[in-house]
Amino acid sequence: MIPELGQFALTLALITAVVQGVLPIWGASLNNALWMRSATSTASLQFVLIAIAFGALMRSFVVSDFTVLNVVENSNSLKPMLFKVAGTWGSHEGSLLLWTLILALFGAAVAVLGRNIPTGLKARTLSVQAWISIGFLSFMLFTSNPFDRVFPAPLDGNDLNPLLQDVGLAMHPPLLYIGYVGFSIVFSFAVAALIEGRVDPAWARWVRPWTLAAWVALTGGIALGSWWAYYELGWGGWWFWDPVENVSFMPWLLGTALLHSAIVTEKRGAFKSWTILLAILTFSLSLLGTFIVRSGLLTSVHAFAVDPERGIYILGLLTVSIGGSLTLYAARVHKMEPGGLFAPISREGGLLLNNLLLTLATATVLFGTLYPLFLEGLTGDKISVGPPFFNTSFIPIMLPLVLIMGIGPFLSWKRADLAGIISRLKWVILIAGISALVVWYIQTKGPALAVIAMAIAVWLLLATLREWSSRIRLGQVELTESLDRLRRVPRAAHGMTMAHAGLAVCMFGFVGSSAWKSEEVLFVQPGKLVQIAGFDVTFEGVEQVQGPNYTASVGKLSVMRNGRPVTILRPERRSYPVAQSQTTEAAIRSTPAGDLYASITEPVNQEIEGQWTLRILYEPLVGFVWFGSLMLVFGGLLSLSDRRLRVGAPKRKARSASLPIAAE
Amino acid sequence: MKKLLSLLPLCAAIGIGIAGWWGLNPNRDPGAIPSVLIDKPVPVFELSDVAGTGTPGLATQDLLMSQEPILVNVFASWCLPCRAEHAVLARMVREEDLNLVGINYKDKPATAAKWLAELGNPYSRIGSDQTGRAGIEWGISGVPETFIVGPGGKVIFRHVGPISSDAALAKIRGALAVARKDKP
Repeated sequence: MIPELGQFALTLALITAVVQGVLPIWGASLNNALWMRSATSTASLQFVLIAIAFGALMRSFVVSDFTVLNVVENSNSLKPMLFKVAGTWGSHEGSLLLWTLILALFGAAVAVLGRNIPTGLKARTLSVQAWISIGFLSFMLFTSNPFDRVFPAPLDGNDLNPLLQDVGLAMHPPLLYIGYVGFSIVFSFAVAALIEGRVDPAWARWVRPWTLAAWVALTGGIALGSWWAYYELGWGGWWFWDPVENVSFMPWLLGTALLHSAIVTEKRGAFKSWTILLAILTFSLSLLGTFIVRSGLLTSVHAFAVDPERGIYILGLLTVSIGGSLTLYAARVHKMEPGGLFAPISREGGLLLNNLLLTLATATVLFGTLYPLFLEGLTGDKISVGPPFFNTSFIPIMLPLVLIMGIGPFLSWKRADLAGIISRLKWVILIAGISALVVWYIQTKGPALAVIAMAIAVWLLLATLREWSSRIRLGQVELTESLDRLRRVPRAAHGMTMAHAGLAVCMFGFVGSSAWKSEEVLFVQPGKLVQIAGFDVTFEGVEQVQGPNYTASVGKLSVMRNGRPVTILRPERRSYPVAQSQTTEAAIRSTPAGDLYASITEPVNQEIEGQWTLRILYEPLVGFVWFGSLMLVFGGLLSLSDRRLRVGAPKRKARSASLPIAAE
Repeated sequence: MKKLLSLLPLCAAIGIGIAGWWGLNPNRDPGAIPSVLIDKPVPVFELSDVAGTGTPGLATQDLLMSQEPILVNVFASWCLPCRAEHAVLARMVREEDLNLVGINYKDKPATAAKWLAELGNPYSRIGSDQTGRAGIEWGISGVPETFIVGPGGKVIFRHVGPISSDAALAKIRGALAVARKDKP
């Protein structure tokens, strides 16, 4: 009964979305206030209906209702409760339902929270949002219904892929989807503005918090995913440039560009058409990602259920949404008048460079991801593009970006004094230079680029702190006055400092763990001693342990350093009998200096009794990757909590683009 | 000019869309990419012999030391195409002075030994990969599969599926000829 209720709610949601897709936008063209305002209630209703459907599916998972096909395929009565719940979005159908739920959530949030958005813009935005919803709801109802029943019902289910039975990964899709799908509302805002033919600073100010919210969630989702890959897959890496990783990274890169270009539109009325284009492209890349993941277009280690019928449906969806919005863009963009003038050396100039580099980086990742497909289509050759391509093309674009990130916040609008800024940063430049020498002295092995990248990270961190301290005039005035300024500086500015510093911290981790990693993979028997990065690791043996729905072989490794015991590592290899698969649980000893990382796999062969494959890695500074990511997320949240972004958003003033707004 | 520029994103999107449309062709298998091992050293593995065959086991070391190219054939007694391929491989070994080694993939030693006793054993070494671990290291997608390891232990060729058609045989012979030429 409950699954049928879910199905019914989903069908009603589709009908509601159709009403929401037609009535408000029609009302906006007729200037009918009542029709326009209907969007608020239909958007809220649509969210409630999809939430009911989602609840119904979740309930089926929680009570292990094996008359529902989706539950049979992805759950099992022995599974811990947390993973029963997470199983709701563990499959193609369930994750699509989560997708649609978040899509409706953002629509409802704009409907309810966006009181100060002009009625016409709001109505059009919510209608566009509803059209995306119609696409996904019908996709679900026609090709991937999560409520399909199975008869006769089996006694137990097939279990969720054990790799997915992990807290990090169970929480990862919701976060990632909030990011992915959150950009939809920015897309809808952009399309609505194109239909209206009007983009002004007020528009940018309405769009920015939604962009920021999506960006924060996407940052968290990507970081959580890479953390999961690091400790769960047992290979000791956190990024593989796999197509599925790339498709979440591309909207992040372009979303970052959008975040910055929207500032220029908001403060200076410039970059209008560019901001609109970025808003469209960012969500288009999210959609393209969905297409790639679910159609099986490219090989990936994360491949979802592959089905050409689904692929064609999503491609149709993409054609309408991306093709339609870009056609509209091409037709309407000339009507937007250009904004304020600025000198090359200025805040605008810096942000322009930021945008160009981020767009170039996105294009590189897009090219690398799709190149195998293009090549196969044109010549029939099958190749795979891996980390070497991305590392050699992506890093040289990002390093200059980080370099200008250090200067950017010092630049003033319209025209800036570069010589003055450099002279204020002379100590920072000196320390960054010295740190390069120090790094080179400590670590002579590894590429020279790593030393340069390390110095650039130091530069960004110090330049960011320097800008922050000059903002509160630390050391120049009494401490109490500095603290007073600290409180008065807008939170968005602190957020920017936190995020920029976070990226510098991330870079320490990126560089350290990829350039100076030590790795040993060998066959061992109990009593074997391995030396790595100054540690003496002894393999003591393996014991069998029984878990709730698995059995595990737990290895024992005693770690010594200079003759003193440091720790005991217990890497696990788990066997899940129901799903007939195995997972690796790495044992990690984390310190700020680096991680000692161990994983084991079963005996190479049953005849060689007691032989295990042991992988031991030392990953310098790797913890900074996630600490820095947390800083990025926290910085974003800090900006999001800025009152100016929420309350008192300006009434739409008639094209007073260059009115004096205090520079950030 | 500006008008053309604003059409650029649309054109790029159409290009990607066409590629995506083409890529959805159901006959296309995106998974069929050549081995990532090509031009790389053979993976690290160590397999004991298949009990009852009297043929020694196989480990990385055996592939590194050879001066001649080696054919590494992944097979199993439960795999029907392997049976068809077996005759071709046996003839090649008999007539062409070829070093053939085997990885017995996810097979019971007793069944594998019986299979070889029945069909003949052209392998100079056979490793028993009961867990499929070595198969993972080699990145195989199914049995049978055949690799050519050049002198010095570099993987130079991979063939997926049985070597039973003339076309497949010609490819293998071609790759062997190249491997013999570039001795270290």
